[in-house]
Amino acid sequence: MFKKAKKLVKDFGLSEIRAGMKITAKQLVTDKITVQFPEERTPISPRFRGLHALRRYPNGEERCIACKLCEAVCPANAITIESEVSDDGTRRTTQYDIDLFKCIFCGFCEEACPVDAIVETHIFDYAFESREGSIIDKEGLLAIGDENEKAINKARLEDSKYR
Amino acid sequence: MWQAFVDLIHQLIPWFDGGLADVVIILIKGVALILPLIIMMAYMTYAERKVIGYMQLRIGPNRVGPFGLLQPFADVLKMMFKEIIFPSKANIYLFILAPILAFVPAIAIWAVIPMGDGFYITNLDVSLLYVLAIGSVGVYGIILAGWASNSKYPLLGALRSASMLVSYEIVIGFVVVTVVMVSSSVNLNTIVADQSGGIWNWYWIPLFPMMIVFWISALAETNRAPFDVVEGESEIVGGTHVEYSGMCFALFFMAEYINMIMMAVLAVLMFFGGWHSPFEGVPYLESWFAFVPDIVWLLAKMSFFLFLYLWIRATFPRYRYDQIMRLCWKVFLPLTIIWIFAVALMTQLEIGPWF
Repeated sequence: MFKKAKKLVKDFGLSEIRAGMKITAKQLVTDKITVQFPEERTPISPRFRGLHALRRYPNGEERCIACKLCEAVCPANAITIESEVSDDGTRRTTQYDIDLFKCIFCGFCEEACPVDAIVETHIFDYAFESREGSIIDKEGLLAIGDENEKAINKARLEDSKYR
Repeated sequence: MWQAFVDLIHQLIPWFDGGLADVVIILIKGVALILPLIIMMAYMTYAERKVIGYMQLRIGPNRVGPFGLLQPFADVLKMMFKEIIFPSKANIYLFILAPILAFVPAIAIWAVIPMGDGFYITNLDVSLLYVLAIGSVGVYGIILAGWASNSKYPLLGALRSASMLVSYEIVIGFVVVTVVMVSSSVNLNTIVADQSGGIWNWYWIPLFPMMIVFWISALAETNRAPFDVVEGESEIVGGTHVEYSGMCFALFFMAEYINMIMMAVLAVLMFFGGWHSPFEGVPYLESWFAFVPDIVWLLAKMSFFLFLYLWIRATFPRYRYDQIMRLCWKVFLPLTIIWIFAVALMTQLEIGPWF
């Protein structure tokens, strides 16, 4: 009887409703946690695996020696390499294509590379405007590498302690 | 100044013994009411997204203009240029009639709503009954929309809305009866004039439970969360709005928001002293706030109720349909009837300082 009366007072006093509205009122004035993406970005680990890039040595020479280890290790068969002997007697790639639709961003190519030529950068917000755009050729990969060499180098340096 | 304006119109348009001039004046009054109303409605959508966003720890629209303030206009432009799609098996005449039937009553109600002392379009003697009557017509819009779409989800939404709105109208009717008993008038102007003399003379104190019942019923009447089973995005996709697009959809949307504003104003007029300042009769505050025009008080109180709409929407999950019906018939209806008897006794025996 007493319990029933207590529940009646609780129900008609809208106690649950008031408790709920108190919570939302509190949320209204607390700091917002939204990260406004294009202007603000969340921190990224140095090991982050994003868009690929081919690197050069500081003297401008291509690192890649066309050993095709990356092509062999790639679980998705996303990498296609053709090579020939260049004028100075070294082996160089003539074609180095990565199909980004096939790529699963596992990072094995980067691990396999003996000269740190193919790397995965921190770029993740890219887009293509046509179907063929998904395949990046050697020029494209080298351009990405040249553009982001500083960031790539910094990320490798930060991660080197733990390797 | 208004009288001078009326005389000027009469001089400029002397045809039909001033009859034409009167029509023009009524049109001007209507436009002067509807334009601010639609802008208010547009910013209500902005406020809704912003407030609910803030309550969910988000920021809400902030891309169009400073703080996203131009967002409503972007939405209006988008809506206007969208194609209106007619389902191939829909009844096109009813399909077009439905949004009009939802929108026109929502606007028509405002003819009798007083916004300040002597600031109204018509001073109807039965204005409260007019509000109830015209408000009920809006249900037809939703039912017709559900029927004319010739589709399953809209029909389900329409069925839900039909019984729910009719049930809650009864409750609102009874609540209005208590207000009418206390003020012994059905004229909104008189009801508000009765509440003059500071915050203690407003009806929300003697009729406090009725105010809460009215507000919850108003949520159901305007199909707002937590009573938005008509739309029920998670169950029936969008209810009656499923087949509507472009301006047809926008009309439903506008009708809903204008009805929300109307319910907020009605709550203020009936329970919170309309345009009266809360400091009337308080020694110093009254003279300090004497410069504030009465419409500002009305808008300020109304804004609180509109905020309450958003606050409630951000807080509570949707009611199950049978629970909505239970709340109406088994809780609100007995409560209002008991309170009607209580108010009748108090008014007849002259108990309490308010009667």
